[in-house]
Amino acid sequence: MSIYHAPKVRGQEGTQTKGITRFRVLVSSWLRPVLPWLGVSIFMGLFFFYPLARILWLGLNPTALKTLDLASLLLAFHSLLFTFYQATLSTILTLVLGLPAAFLFARYAFKGKSLLRALTAIPFMLPTVVVAAGFNALLGPRGWVNLGLMDLFHLQAAPISIVGTLGVILLAHVFYNTTIVIRLVGNALAHLDPRLEQAARTLGADPPRVLNRVTLPLLRPSILAASVLVFIFDFTSFGVILLLGGPGFSTLEVEIYKQAMQIFNLPLAGLLSLIQLLCTLAFSILYSRIVRRTAVTSAPRAAGTNLRNARTFRQKFFLGGMVLLLLALFLLPLVSLPLRSLTRLEADRGERGQVRYGLTGDYYTELFINRRDSIFYVPPFAAIGNSLGYAALTVVLSLALGFPVASALARPRRLEQLLDPFLMLPLGASALTLGLGFIVTFNRPPLALVASPLLVPLAHTLIALPFVIRSLQPALASIPDRLRQAAALLGASPHRVWFTVDWPIVARATISAAVFAFTVSLGEFGATSLVIRPEYPTLPIAIARFLSQPGGMNYGQAMAMATVLMVVCGIGILLIERMRLPGAGEF
Amino acid sequence: MLELINIYKSYEGQALLRGISFTVAAGETVCLLGPSGSGKSTLLRIIAGLETPEQGQVRWDGEDLAPVPIHLRSFGLVFQDYALFPHLNVAENVAFGLKMQNLAGAGIYLRVANILEMVNLAGFGDRRVTDLSGGEQQRVALARALAPNPRLLMFDEPLGALDRSLREQLMDELHRILHKSGVPAIYVTHDQEEAFTLADRVLLLHDGGIVRSGTPEQVWSDPGSVWAAQFLDAGNVVAGVVMSNKRPFQVETSAGVFELNCRHAHSVGEKVNLLVSRRGVRQAADGRVSGVVVDVIFRQDGFKVTLENDLDFYLPSAPRMGEKIYLSIPATGLKCLL
Amino acid sequence: MKRILLIVFLLNVTLLSACSPKGPVTLTVMTHDSFAASESVITAFEQANNVKIIFLKSGDAVAALNKAILSKDAPLADVFYGVDNTFLSRAFDAGIYEPYASPLLAKIPAEFQLDPQDRAQPVDYGDICINYDKAYFAAHNLTVPTSLEDLVKPEYNGLLVVENPATSSPGLAFLLATVAHFGETSYLDYWRSMRANGVVVVDGWETAYYTNFSASSGHGPQPLVVTYGSSPAAEVIYASPPLTDAPTASILGPDTCFRQIEFVGILKGTRHLGLAQKFVDFVLSQPFQEDIPLQMFMYPVNTDASLPQEFTQYAQTAPQPATLDPTVIAANRDKWIADWTAAVLH
Repeated sequence: MSIYHAPKVRGQEGTQTKGITRFRVLVSSWLRPVLPWLGVSIFMGLFFFYPLARILWLGLNPTALKTLDLASLLLAFHSLLFTFYQATLSTILTLVLGLPAAFLFARYAFKGKSLLRALTAIPFMLPTVVVAAGFNALLGPRGWVNLGLMDLFHLQAAPISIVGTLGVILLAHVFYNTTIVIRLVGNALAHLDPRLEQAARTLGADPPRVLNRVTLPLLRPSILAASVLVFIFDFTSFGVILLLGGPGFSTLEVEIYKQAMQIFNLPLAGLLSLIQLLCTLAFSILYSRIVRRTAVTSAPRAAGTNLRNARTFRQKFFLGGMVLLLLALFLLPLVSLPLRSLTRLEADRGERGQVRYGLTGDYYTELFINRRDSIFYVPPFAAIGNSLGYAALTVVLSLALGFPVASALARPRRLEQLLDPFLMLPLGASALTLGLGFIVTFNRPPLALVASPLLVPLAHTLIALPFVIRSLQPALASIPDRLRQAAALLGASPHRVWFTVDWPIVARATISAAVFAFTVSLGEFGATSLVIRPEYPTLPIAIARFLSQPGGMNYGQAMAMATVLMVVCGIGILLIERMRLPGAGEF
Repeated sequence: MLELINIYKSYEGQALLRGISFTVAAGETVCLLGPSGSGKSTLLRIIAGLETPEQGQVRWDGEDLAPVPIHLRSFGLVFQDYALFPHLNVAENVAFGLKMQNLAGAGIYLRVANILEMVNLAGFGDRRVTDLSGGEQQRVALARALAPNPRLLMFDEPLGALDRSLREQLMDELHRILHKSGVPAIYVTHDQEEAFTLADRVLLLHDGGIVRSGTPEQVWSDPGSVWAAQFLDAGNVVAGVVMSNKRPFQVETSAGVFELNCRHAHSVGEKVNLLVSRRGVRQAADGRVSGVVVDVIFRQDGFKVTLENDLDFYLPSAPRMGEKIYLSIPATGLKCLL
Repeated sequence: MKRILLIVFLLNVTLLSACSPKGPVTLTVMTHDSFAASESVITAFEQANNVKIIFLKSGDAVAALNKAILSKDAPLADVFYGVDNTFLSRAFDAGIYEPYASPLLAKIPAEFQLDPQDRAQPVDYGDICINYDKAYFAAHNLTVPTSLEDLVKPEYNGLLVVENPATSSPGLAFLLATVAHFGETSYLDYWRSMRANGVVVVDGWETAYYTNFSASSGHGPQPLVVTYGSSPAAEVIYASPPLTDAPTASILGPDTCFRQIEFVGILKGTRHLGLAQKFVDFVLSQPFQEDIPLQMFMYPVNTDASLPQEFTQYAQTAPQPATLDPTVIAANRDKWIADWTAAVLH
């Protein structure tokens, strides 16, 4: 985007004018590359680096460091190893499922496609508490799978005990993060010029070789981008490890939680946070190096032209198989929640194994009743409204901050190369550490934000920004300059060039980015719990409240709220995807 | 030898190709000439296997190609915008087909070098394809298609994006390469100059069918239909009425009365169309064709003179504007059109 | 002309803001996520004192305390409600409180008044106990265990689920109960026997109660769970359809329950000392104290407060709860947790 205007030199006004002009030129030539980064830098500097620095300093100043002994360092090392291990495995498995799924959505047209794609995106928005409940309902010791198998084979004990093992952690990670691969890689795939693959076929390449030698190499930047994002998420995983993995497993983030909260050992917590941060920075630098080397420009195609129906047997087999697999992985754990919210499960009286069911809408109606006259009662629509409001703010803010940066990154100069890796850091920073940093930084004027509900969308934006930037960047980078130059030569001002050339190509990526920001915000729990104004709770917070007390009603209402959250998320995604942006056409 | 038998294909509900049949013999270059949107590219894609026809067959040496997958047909295709692999350099692009044939590395290297030299791109192997000019890219695309020794080469308007002088230069080179290699080729274009330069045979495509087929000279001198004549701009198309029953037919037109020797039978009062060639015409006092001069333009091969009845001719000397001139058309300069 | 209008406008604005009637003062109360109260009770206080109360919910009890400590030089609130006896020393060591000897302390039994310096006042208490599933034990003809020693008996193999003391407050409380009962030298042996007897450990209360416990809506495999003594009452109150008897009950043997006492205190640096003191008096007074059981499922400390019927019927407090001195807890907690982790998890 060109925002540069040639300085007006007024005739013969002497050296004074020339001096001013030279100064202006100097300033604007210095200012121009920096300007797109201004918004993001201020934002991240204020809301990320500064609080983080303060809390880390608290923990890692010279006097505090003396308290670190060998045992602590060993603990840190072990946590790091396991964190790496599970994150690597999880990422590989996510790619194994996500890449074929990306192909499925990018290449084939079939009934219910957008529903299925929205389904794969829902887990990303669900707080871990809900996902854990769903997985337990499906795979737990008294989950359906076990109950079914016990019935079928007349077993006494549950045959499948996956909960509490590494397996369930990996499964949950795949469940959460596959949508990232589907979106990022699927988008790139949809824009791939189909004639490249056709050319390869006429040159004698059979479909597997076309995939290997043409399609996948061209997809490399998006695959890498997705992998790094997924890896960082798995690396900083907290709720999944705690709720599904159990006490046997401890990642960096879990250790930070234990050290910072229970033991209040800030030096060790600070050290672990720093390690986590440095690791994220390292991955980020690696990623930008690789992407820069392999980035390839080619005129993108309209996304719809590649879609076809499955015709050959092999294609139908692939289509059917993938759809079944995705349904099994995504629908089954999720469907248990609505089911539980609609059935009245009575505690056993008498015979073991005989659980009486009955359909009921009680849990939903109960949501609207403040039976205890609690001052903290959350009317469901208020919670939905709050969640949606925060999400909308997050989308707007992250797009506004992220777009200029993504544009600048599309034509990287030295400044971009330097600042690029830092963009990923919010994802890799410990949310707990950051939360504590917020407390120490924003508790007094002029930045007394700790009690302000504004902090929520700000925190959400921090986390959504990397997604938004990474979604927009490949699309912006793929526009060959030729197109822009052609438009300019045809008389289009920089503004119009942007609107007629860049925007249609980028519009789809913008939608994708908006969906990311929306989903991140809706399901965010950790950062949101930093906000301590209970009058504006979000849906995840409301769900957690119900689950913190015993009682059938509480559990049922939690399930009902979770169902509401899922439905709101799903509708939100579908709406955004269906949105026809002006000027974007079929792109 | 390639054989197309009665190919039908529709696009978005409309019929695009209606019963296309032709053959391409060994060593022959056939040009499919037709306006944009007439289905030429689709035809190429059907031959390559990238699309399937609704009816009809594609045969090679008598064998039906329908069950043969794309990558086994060994048909080279040079795309309209080259479709070079952006993630591979020039040499790797050219070597792609050879790699698919699982040739040895040394063999590939030699062949690539040879081909690059043949297309005048020696030494370009290491370059990135995105850094090349249009002409260079086109040559890489050609080299890539030629390298694996295809049994048929297809060109989909490959010169469209180039400037005039480059296009002429490349046309000559292509002609030379095609004849040297002896590979049968189908060349699809809407530009008749390309078609006539390169083709052994020209096929005119119109409304889903082939309306004229023949050597360039045959097609040019005897387009056979009003549409073809207008598309080729082969001369003046004049409408007239037949005045006599026997050969040579007298045809009365707005420009005068023509004597037409046409192999078709015509009867009095029949409306016919004539193709009056622009060249080989001379001013003569007893010329049957007359008209007032409204425009004179200097051209390298004569003065283009336009008459008020919209006919134009190339004359060796320029008449005056407004002057009524009389022209004599040789018998060979008149063809009848259907 | 325009300039005059502007001046007039600005003057009006400033005059109006100066003349606006004084709005209510806001009093900020920092608390943990489990805090709950009836709207009518709070509103009554607000109206009586012309004050608006803002609640800052700051995570679980430990997280809230840490946040209060980290912000102590510019406190986020006027009052902190929610430290319990397991972390009380940490609060005192950080010096976050402003001492206040509330007159209502006279109504509170001495056993709850753990701080002679009145830095924090006890406000409610509850017991962390083992709950058992009545139906399960009836169906299997098992006798309910009555003491900690019973739990290592073979007939209870694999039937108990406990929470990780490093990540869960009830889990920590139960660990402290075993330390109080068996002493610092022998409690690890007990836990080793528990481990051999198949005790299931999970990270959080939600998992233990809703995934593993058999009598909750989760219908898990374990009929014994470490939870709150008031949980049986909650099961009745929040049951659908309504129940006539609690499906669960607590084991009330010697030291099988750990007494958790919650404290409220005025934060040092508050600008509304008088109001803060009134608020402390208020939470110790009968209306608020009687509201506590059905909102927070804890017991009131004020002897004048009466309990709701569901509590007297279904919830129980232990006659002989385990207790430990807060300073002892503070000194050894981390070590106990580490030793426990080594003995039970590794």
